[in-house]
Amino acid sequence: MSTGFEDIVITAPTSVAYTRFSNESAHWWLLAALRDMLAGAGLRPADIDGLTVSSFTLHPDSAVGFTQHAGLSLGWLEHLPMGGASGVIALRRAARAIQCGDASIVACLSGDTNQLDSFRQTLSRFSHFSNDAAWPYGSGGANGYFALIADHYMRRFGIARETFGQIAAAQRSNALSYPHALMKTPLSVEQYLDARMIASPLGLFDCVMPCAGAESFMVMRADMAHRLGLPAVRPLAIIERHNGFAEDPVQFRGGWTYDRDQLWQRAGCAPADMDFVQTYDDYPVISLMQLEDLGFFEKGAGDAFIAGHDLTCGGSFPHNTSGGQLSVGQAGAAGGFLGIVEAVRQLTGSAIGAAVPNARRALVSGFGMVNYDRGVCSAAAVLERANQPATAARHPTTTESEAAA
Amino acid sequence: MTTSLPPLPEPVRKDPQKKTPSALIPPSARSRLGMRLSAEAARGRFRLPHCNACNQPVWPPREACPACLSSLQWRDADATGTLIAETTLETSPELYFRERTPWRVGTVDLAGGVPVMAHLHAQCRIGDTVTLRLFLDKADRAVFMAFSDLDSPDLREDIQLRELTNDPRHRRVLITDARTPAGVALARAMTKAGAKRIFAGIGDAWKRDAAIEALEGMETVSTVPLDLTDTRSVEELCGEIGGKVDILVHNAEQVRPGGVMAGRGIADAKQLHEKLVFGFMRLAESFGPVMRSRGADGVNAATAWVNLLSVYAHANWPAYGQHSAAHAATLSLAQCLRGEMQGSGVRVMNAFAGPLEQDWHDQVLPPKVTADRLAREIVGALQGGQQDVYIGDVARDVAERFEDDAKLLEMELAGDGQ
Repeated sequence: MSTGFEDIVITAPTSVAYTRFSNESAHWWLLAALRDMLAGAGLRPADIDGLTVSSFTLHPDSAVGFTQHAGLSLGWLEHLPMGGASGVIALRRAARAIQCGDASIVACLSGDTNQLDSFRQTLSRFSHFSNDAAWPYGSGGANGYFALIADHYMRRFGIARETFGQIAAAQRSNALSYPHALMKTPLSVEQYLDARMIASPLGLFDCVMPCAGAESFMVMRADMAHRLGLPAVRPLAIIERHNGFAEDPVQFRGGWTYDRDQLWQRAGCAPADMDFVQTYDDYPVISLMQLEDLGFFEKGAGDAFIAGHDLTCGGSFPHNTSGGQLSVGQAGAAGGFLGIVEAVRQLTGSAIGAAVPNARRALVSGFGMVNYDRGVCSAAAVLERANQPATAARHPTTTESEAAA
Repeated sequence: MTTSLPPLPEPVRKDPQKKTPSALIPPSARSRLGMRLSAEAARGRFRLPHCNACNQPVWPPREACPACLSSLQWRDADATGTLIAETTLETSPELYFRERTPWRVGTVDLAGGVPVMAHLHAQCRIGDTVTLRLFLDKADRAVFMAFSDLDSPDLREDIQLRELTNDPRHRRVLITDARTPAGVALARAMTKAGAKRIFAGIGDAWKRDAAIEALEGMETVSTVPLDLTDTRSVEELCGEIGGKVDILVHNAEQVRPGGVMAGRGIADAKQLHEKLVFGFMRLAESFGPVMRSRGADGVNAATAWVNLLSVYAHANWPAYGQHSAAHAATLSLAQCLRGEMQGSGVRVMNAFAGPLEQDWHDQVLPPKVTADRLAREIVGALQGGQQDVYIGDVARDVAERFEDDAKLLEMELAGDGQ
């Protein structure tokens, strides 16, 4: 029986402004996040004793190579190559390490560069399964695989493309005030529907734009955050599942379904108690799947639920309040941190874009790694605003690296 | 009811001012396990890894059964499944597919729960019971294609299927030794399969015989002078028609019984090697580079190089020992050519046959392969996109024994006729 997270908190949400392409290395982006995060928290590199690293383009280096590159001496280290699930899972690993006394301050880093050919190169050697059984079939990459998932899902549950369009359009509206978003033109449902097809039934605005960027946060004990004057957020419950429902010939549900009862029971609250939700939105169909699998509505009832809610920051169901990857851009593994970093900002009253009024609790979910035909990793966390230190100020944003980028 | 497809457009003559497109091939990276599928498909087999304990097929290839961790074995598989998802790709980061979009792929539920990604024949619809077939693509790597109706009269009108095969239809074929029963039968079979033009290589054209008459009686056939033992003859012909040969069939043959202790051994062997082995090299030196450069030349591309080989190229049959040796040498050169053709989109196909139904095999017991059957199966293998085809019962039997235990086969052949 897994225990709760007692006095563990997440703090120092940090984003390095995204760029469409970058000639810098993954190391540069990860270091920019680390430098800005430490500066904002008033810490020196020697103060952190634990680190998690998530990055695709760090290859052939791993987290190990990164410690030497960054000159960090650590008592605890995790390499988390779990793509879109890596943010929530980094939090879970870091929290347990601190609870067990193996580390006291853990920096959780994610980031990727995007050189001109990085995206194709990452896809063309993503995994053995992909090389053997997926990539040779048209090399659509994620667009192709999620097109198959979306095609099946829409037929099975009778879901309309308009519903995906509403998700994408609401996120674009959220992105208009989010400073790091790469896509800054308003998007209507009509424009979503009229856009050119990429891989039917997925059109242009179903797809994320690969880019370069970095996201990070720190995990520590509440009293430490308090002493440092850092506004913080408490994890109430966290779940993860790998290779769930392997027996489904095509993915129409994710691993969240396995573990959601445990999640809500541990968190001591229900979907209706959430003030906003951050899903992993590599495609709107996957956001919809997360929402239903985590219990926000009945499986297959997405059309009605989305039509009945306003998904913008000021709306009845604020969703992907930064604009999500669909509008901010997908900075590789940082896409798996975007939701959690944004959630910590919103819950600590330090949103850098539009704020969700008086947000106290939120759900963040992750989804990652299309090893063959489906996302293999799923994860979710329920977060709650912690008691804030009296001196708490708005989180310093990433001025230094923004200038450099 | 399957929908009917419009006929594939006939290739138009190439504009000589246009650049010959550079060869693009589909992704070729595979794990060693994944390559196994290609090795099976190259021989025209539909085999998948199956669990030794629960007998279930497994895909993608793994090192153990995902249900019970038992070991796996590649076995003939049931190729029937259901099409449960499809998409039409409009773009791709890989140049090969980018040039060929829109491209349809889908997910086939094989054996109730094994998801197989596959290229889709245009007649497949969601929910259809489909049959999977394996083809080698332009990278010589096996890929699945799903069909809803393999008997459809429009089967071959599918552009994605054509990309995976070397169908003679609309193509121009050179038969290097046409004055043989096999040569004439090949000309007939290629014509029947829709070949646009057949260049029939003839040595000593002044010698009239039934084969020449038969060839000249076919509208698609143009006889061309070709002496495989003469480098200049091969070069001259290449200068004339090299850029028009889409399929080359090296079918030179000269069967003589005897091993290495027979009186005329060296004289016969020299003749045979000149024609078969050095003939192959002469063709490779002149036609090879031209075909290689034309592997991606749109609808008029060079597509296949076929060698007609004795199955005893794999293991010497002492009764026809020097003949076996010449074929073994040619097989080795064909493997070399295959390596050199990698990345060009031109397939090197080996057709292995046992003894043919002909005069020089009069002392050999049946079953023997008729020229018609030989030609028919070569065309079939071109349409099936195979790399190796074994024609007739003897060839299949020898191939099976060779794969099972090459040493045992060698000993069996040595004892043959004792």
